[in-house]
Amino acid sequence: MAANKTPRTKMPEQDPLKRTSNFLEVALGYAVEDAKKEAIRCIDCKNPRCVQACPVSVKIPEFIKQIMNDDMDGAFDTIYEDNILPSICGRVCPQESQCEGACVLGIKGEPVSIGALERFVGDYGMEKNLADTSVDEEKPQKVAVVGSGPAGLANAASLRRRGYQVTVFEALHEYGGVLTYGIPEFRLPKEIVNKEIDNLKEMGVTFVKNAIIGKSITIEQLKEDGFEAIFVGSGAGLPSSLGIPGENYNGVYFANEFLTRVNLMRSNTFPSHATPIKVGGTVAVVGGGNVAMDAARTAKRIGAKDVMIIYRRDKDSLPARLEEIHHAEEEGIEMNLLYNPVEIYGADYEVKAVRCERMKLGEKDASGRRRPLPTGEYKTFDIDSIIIAIGQKPNPIIKQNTMGLDTHEWGGIITDEKHMTSLDGVFAGGDAVTGAATVILAMGTGKDAAGSMDEYLRNKA
Amino acid sequence: MYKIVDKKVLNDDIDFMRIEAPLVARNAKPGHFIILRVDDEGERIPLTIADNDEKHVDIIYQKMGYSTKMLGEKQIGDHVADFVGPLGKAAHIRDKQHVVGVAGGVGAAPLLPQLKAYKKAGSKVTLILGARNKDFLILRDEYEQFVDEVIYTTDDGSFGEKGLVTDPLERKLKDDETIDHVIAIGPVIMMKFCTQTAVKHGRSIDVSLNPIMIDGTGMCGNCRVNIAGKTFFACIDGPDFEGHEVDFDGLMKRQSYYKDEEHQCYIRLKDGR
Ligand SMILES: Cc1cc2nc3c(=O)[nH]c(=O)nc-3n(C[C@H](O)[C@H](O)[C@H](O)COP(=O)(O)OP(=O)(O)OC[C@H]3O[C@@H](n4cnc5c(N)ncnc54)[C@H](O)[C@@H]3O)c2cc1C
Ligand SMILES: Cc1cc2nc3c(=O)[nH]c(=O)nc-3n(C[C@H](O)[C@H](O)[C@H](O)COP(=O)(O)OP(=O)(O)OC[C@H]3O[C@@H](n4cnc5c(N)ncnc54)[C@H](O)[C@@H]3O)c2cc1C
Ligand code: SF4
Ligand code: SF4
Ligand code: FES
Repeated sequence: MAANKTPRTKMPEQDPLKRTSNFLEVALGYAVEDAKKEAIRCIDCKNPRCVQACPVSVKIPEFIKQIMNDDMDGAFDTIYEDNILPSICGRVCPQESQCEGACVLGIKGEPVSIGALERFVGDYGMEKNLADTSVDEEKPQKVAVVGSGPAGLANAASLRRRGYQVTVFEALHEYGGVLTYGIPEFRLPKEIVNKEIDNLKEMGVTFVKNAIIGKSITIEQLKEDGFEAIFVGSGAGLPSSLGIPGENYNGVYFANEFLTRVNLMRSNTFPSHATPIKVGGTVAVVGGGNVAMDAARTAKRIGAKDVMIIYRRDKDSLPARLEEIHHAEEEGIEMNLLYNPVEIYGADYEVKAVRCERMKLGEKDASGRRRPLPTGEYKTFDIDSIIIAIGQKPNPIIKQNTMGLDTHEWGGIITDEKHMTSLDGVFAGGDAVTGAATVILAMGTGKDAAGSMDEYLRNKA
Repeated sequence: MYKIVDKKVLNDDIDFMRIEAPLVARNAKPGHFIILRVDDEGERIPLTIADNDEKHVDIIYQKMGYSTKMLGEKQIGDHVADFVGPLGKAAHIRDKQHVVGVAGGVGAAPLLPQLKAYKKAGSKVTLILGARNKDFLILRDEYEQFVDEVIYTTDDGSFGEKGLVTDPLERKLKDDETIDHVIAIGPVIMMKFCTQTAVKHGRSIDVSLNPIMIDGTGMCGNCRVNIAGKTFFACIDGPDFEGHEVDFDGLMKRQSYYKDEEHQCYIRLKDGR
């Protein structure tokens, strides 16, 4: 198994010094030769562990073999059967804890760069317009999808393919959910998200923006309007707060607000786009996940000189994708690990500093990570603004306006094994059910739910 | 795109518009608001629903700065890029005997549907409407059709009483024991002083808060307000709150965070982009 020893084929990247002053993509993607060189490393396992670790079971060795054999069209079709958003997942999946994390080559050396290969194939297919937008036999039944994030998009695609008349309702003025308003351009170009949405439009999915289900139209009204099944993929858009003094000062942003201003409202181009943003010279970002890394790197790109992450555990516990942590470090983001904010200081209602308690790690907690414990030692960081990125909960609008929809106390919609909620014909998936998770998990449940909805509609007819 | 089917210039600062927006109109109730974007580069700005039928929604806006001025450039037959709602909680129409509605400037617009709802619910309603001068007192005819009593104030005395709305409010609360509730909508500073007056005279008061917003769906957290020491999101928990619990000073500070940037945008408008 000589292939084990061959190092991974690196993806070219924009220079760290240059990229912090632009919003262009950081990782530049494989060229054909790179992809083929990397594909050869896969030893085509008989019982591929990588496939088991992919939430949607992409047939990984199969598509990799097709790359090796120069059959890029075939590779695209193979991936597309299980994953309709390969260009997106190749870029944002936490591969190290999914497919690549399980790859046998990882035991002794480096795993196959499955994500990079998937991205390569996805982009190839996008350029060649290979996505299969055909529809099986048309069916008359109308289906409503709430939310245009990955869960809603996957659900809509699956149901449309089966021939249903699908309408996606989106609260915001652009489609894509977190892919559009959360994940920044330099990690996931909006052009890619828009192309994927165009594919669905071409398939015949109807999109309605500026439509808040629960407010503009209630779930009950959707039923009255003739939608025979409804999928709720409304995401986890409600930001969690630290609950410490000073959180309402000017200069304290929730990551959602900060990222929405830049990604959705394009405040990085202010004043040609009219939504302003300001962070000052020194910015602290609280949290250690993808959202925190995205906020920190965005702050740098809109002009902050010094950006620090404040996280209460150690480096190994950072939940963000490895690649993003690595990129953040390259871009000069300072990691203040084992610190927990206890108070935000301000003057004239503007942020001036954040006082943090030094933490140490104790026993493992329920999440399997070592619990951070207070030490009684404190440090104060002088800052101009602070971005809170410590998690999101499901948005309450649908729950508040829908009688009989059962939810957990923390807000998640309760579903059965068929993804049906407590309301007949109303299904749900993605972050709205699981709480903040991942793109691929959201897509997976959206697709699965489509299967159940098909069954439900057939039984009904 | 959402079509502007009617427009009236109410005075130098304030316009009325009727927009075709069936998705907003369908469930709109007094106290709800909308968020619009004038064009694809615009910011999302919240405006109260002044009135609606099944297909149309009326807005009344003061041309404060860049976005509202851009909106003011639009004419009948033109479109705005985005128009979403109804947002917020509908006004809580309480069981009250005699309600005083106090409005300052463009606050007359959001107050109108609420006061109408009280009248319909059987309350006696008194209106105190204040503005800079006579030309800035809007919606007088609309109010006079249904209110039981009306008092106007102007800063310069050009119409009604000279002075601030709090003067007649103070007097009414002292003199008329039948009054059991106050609603105040207008500039934050006005709502703050109305609240002080109401509290002093032992009356309940509702105010309508207007922090800076983006999505209006509880997603961004920009609109957070401090109510009785706790943080609430005005777009989903409000915009109406009980006045005596509101941290008005904090709200004023948060509203002015982007003052310099807003000015920059405005200059650009005056310079012709
Ligand atoms: C900044 C950031 C970075 C991330 N990075 C990664 C990453 O690198 N890799 C990864 O796998 N995951 C990442 N995630 C998580 C991932 O994006 C989410 O798990 C995923 O988007 C969830 O998909 P969803 O479809 O359930 O919800 P969302 O993407 O949240 O979409 C929900 C949509 O529903 C709309 N909506 C909500 N309520 C209503 C309503 N009442 N009516 C109509 N529409 C409504 C919303 O506006 C939104 O468009 C990140 C998340 C964030 C915030
Ligand atoms: C729930 C609610 C209902 C409202 N109803 C009305 C109404 O019926 N009629 C009316 O004239 N005005 C109303 N407003 C206020 C209106 O939204 C602002 O006047 C408008 O956004 C100003 O934008 P601008 O660009 O023209 O002015 P700018 O010069 O940009 O701003 C002037 C001031 O308006 C506020 N403001 C700016 N941007 C926003 C924003 N995105 N969201 C909220 N406030 C902002 C700030 O306090 C700022 O200092 C309401 C506000 C809220 C929150
Ligand atoms: S979808 Fe994600 S987890 Fe599955 S193979 Fe692709 S990159 Fe890996
Ligand atoms: S586990 Fe690794 S080597 Fe084995 S098939 Fe999957 S990618 Fe190839
Ligand atoms: S406006 Fe974004 S949460 Fe209220």
